[in-house]
Amino acid sequence: MTDRVAVIDHSALVELVGLLHAEGYVVVGPTLRENAIVLAELDDGDDLVSGWGVDTEAGRYRVVRRADDAVFAHSAGPQSWKSFLHPARRRLLSTDTSDGDLTVEPEPEPSRRMAFLGVRPCDLVAIGVLDRVLAGGRYPDPGYTARRDGVLVIVANCTEPGATCFCVSMGGGPRAPAGFDLALTERVDDAGHRFLVEVGSAAGEELLAALPHRAATDADLRVADDDLADAAEHMGRAMPEVDLRALLVDSRESPHWAEVASRCLACGNCTMVCPTCFCTTTEEVTDLTGEHGERWQRWSSCFDLDFSYLHGGEVRTSRQSRYRQWMTHKLSTWYDQFGSSGCVGCGRCIVWCPVGIDITEEAASLTALASREVGT
Amino acid sequence: MTTAAAPTHARRPDPMTPVPHRVIERRRETHDTVTLRLAPTGSALPPFRPGQFTMLLAPGVGEVPISVSGDPTATDGVLEQTIRVVGAVTRALTGTPVGGVVGARGPYGTEWDVPSARGGDLVLVGGGCGLAPLRPALLEALAHRAHYRRVVAVLGARDPENLVFADQMARWRRRADVEVHVTVDRAGPDWPGRVDLVTAPLAETALEPARTVALLCGPEVMIRRCAALLLDRGVPATRVRVSLERNMKCGIGHCGHCQLGPLLLCRDGPVVPYSAAAPQLAVREL
Repeated sequence: MTDRVAVIDHSALVELVGLLHAEGYVVVGPTLRENAIVLAELDDGDDLVSGWGVDTEAGRYRVVRRADDAVFAHSAGPQSWKSFLHPARRRLLSTDTSDGDLTVEPEPEPSRRMAFLGVRPCDLVAIGVLDRVLAGGRYPDPGYTARRDGVLVIVANCTEPGATCFCVSMGGGPRAPAGFDLALTERVDDAGHRFLVEVGSAAGEELLAALPHRAATDADLRVADDDLADAAEHMGRAMPEVDLRALLVDSRESPHWAEVASRCLACGNCTMVCPTCFCTTTEEVTDLTGEHGERWQRWSSCFDLDFSYLHGGEVRTSRQSRYRQWMTHKLSTWYDQFGSSGCVGCGRCIVWCPVGIDITEEAASLTALASREVGT
Repeated sequence: MTTAAAPTHARRPDPMTPVPHRVIERRRETHDTVTLRLAPTGSALPPFRPGQFTMLLAPGVGEVPISVSGDPTATDGVLEQTIRVVGAVTRALTGTPVGGVVGARGPYGTEWDVPSARGGDLVLVGGGCGLAPLRPALLEALAHRAHYRRVVAVLGARDPENLVFADQMARWRRRADVEVHVTVDRAGPDWPGRVDLVTAPLAETALEPARTVALLCGPEVMIRRCAALLLDRGVPATRVRVSLERNMKCGIGHCGHCQLGPLLLCRDGPVVPYSAAAPQLAVREL
């Protein structure tokens, strides 16, 4: 048995990647690529980003060199774990009609298990949201469950939230309370570069046992508690403290949608970077004979005009109706459909909006307009 | 190695994999609408309930949601689907000859729940291709006719050329135990029937509103007007059911296209109580 809470150093973290490879996992973690911190398959522990932070604002993302070699001192990047659990493009099946019969061959599901290294608490909540949408209903998506089952989750609690983060006001926080195999809280100071490790499962315990570590002291625990409590106080954004679910439904006819639409480009960036936006479309591909076909699924966006196409025309022709659909779904009708909010407060939609539309500001504007209406 | 974080899901048949069917009969209903009878080449789909739909695949072209229009009391595993040409997939499906193959998944979605009308009056209002999902409801009611008081079918189309199930309608009209009204919005001088909106016969029909269940399918404007009229006559909004349509790519609640406010129409619909549908239909571009 190992201790339930321990401390490892940076070299043990690098070693952890090798350990996971030895266990047969595909290891995915944060890497530095083309001036962004992106999630990618790690060849070894040295692929992990080190010494880089990020500077985010509405419509702005810059990587910044840090004075230390911290691994997890950056807030959400352009991707999320959605890319690995619910890929942007995948073949669903192949069809063959060459002998006059229809033969349907479903795409084999991937069998290699993944280890996610550095899952942010907001993104862990997002994975739970995707679980409910794609695996929690009457017809679980076998492509999703094949990828999701057996994923090893190593959380990186957030000690340095970004300017666009608002997980606390979405009911989350910089510390993951459960749902992980291991959870790391990073600390770089005069005493060195180290990670407090919390064990969340038997698998996590075995991993920790195989790494050089020491038992956590009361001081270690106190430092992590303080750092994470401090992070919770330093969210760059917050949602208005109102019933968002009711606000959005009551604001369907708000004049504010037209104002947002005057800025929104309907590019769909917010839906692509969102860790919970799950919408897809299908495409057919055939050879020249037409007898061999493939069905492909790819992410689609409610900002696309043809997303709502029904014979005769689109339902949501105006940009304001499409922005309203996205934001209302995210914050309100998601509860009706899947029992929770669709927003986890990661702030990606704010950062990657080319015109800097900020969902927290739009919610505040709707709140102000709604209260004015009540007042009159 | 076990993990606490990861769930484990039972392996089930892929709900996105279509089941091969062969066209065994192809009936032209109108210039743009065809009814296909589809026999499974292997195992059949589970039985359907009136109001449900399937995802039909034209191999190599694409997949679309289509209401089942057949007899729910049949046990031969044959799917009957009535398809209007509105795009590439429906063109390919309606053009599939007898002996040709298509794929089908389902059945999906909510049903009309015809038995809930037992002991009372059952009213069906269909416009154009909207008759297709109502036909199984009528066939089910007629198979258990003694359980219902009045059975009223109000069937309409733009013009006589767009009336589907013409032969069947003629047979229903000859029956004494079902009241059938057929109207068209416009017609030439050789049309012997009524020229009116479906709301006109609906307004005249004798009903006991508190004991009526009404099933509506057709263009949304028709649904709204008929529902308003029925509510006006005292039918409770929970006993008026409407079948709604939106774009669908999966039929199983995963693609997000069929949202209508809080509803995922593939899962919470296509049949929705008007009490739930009305607030959504009142908002433009929802």
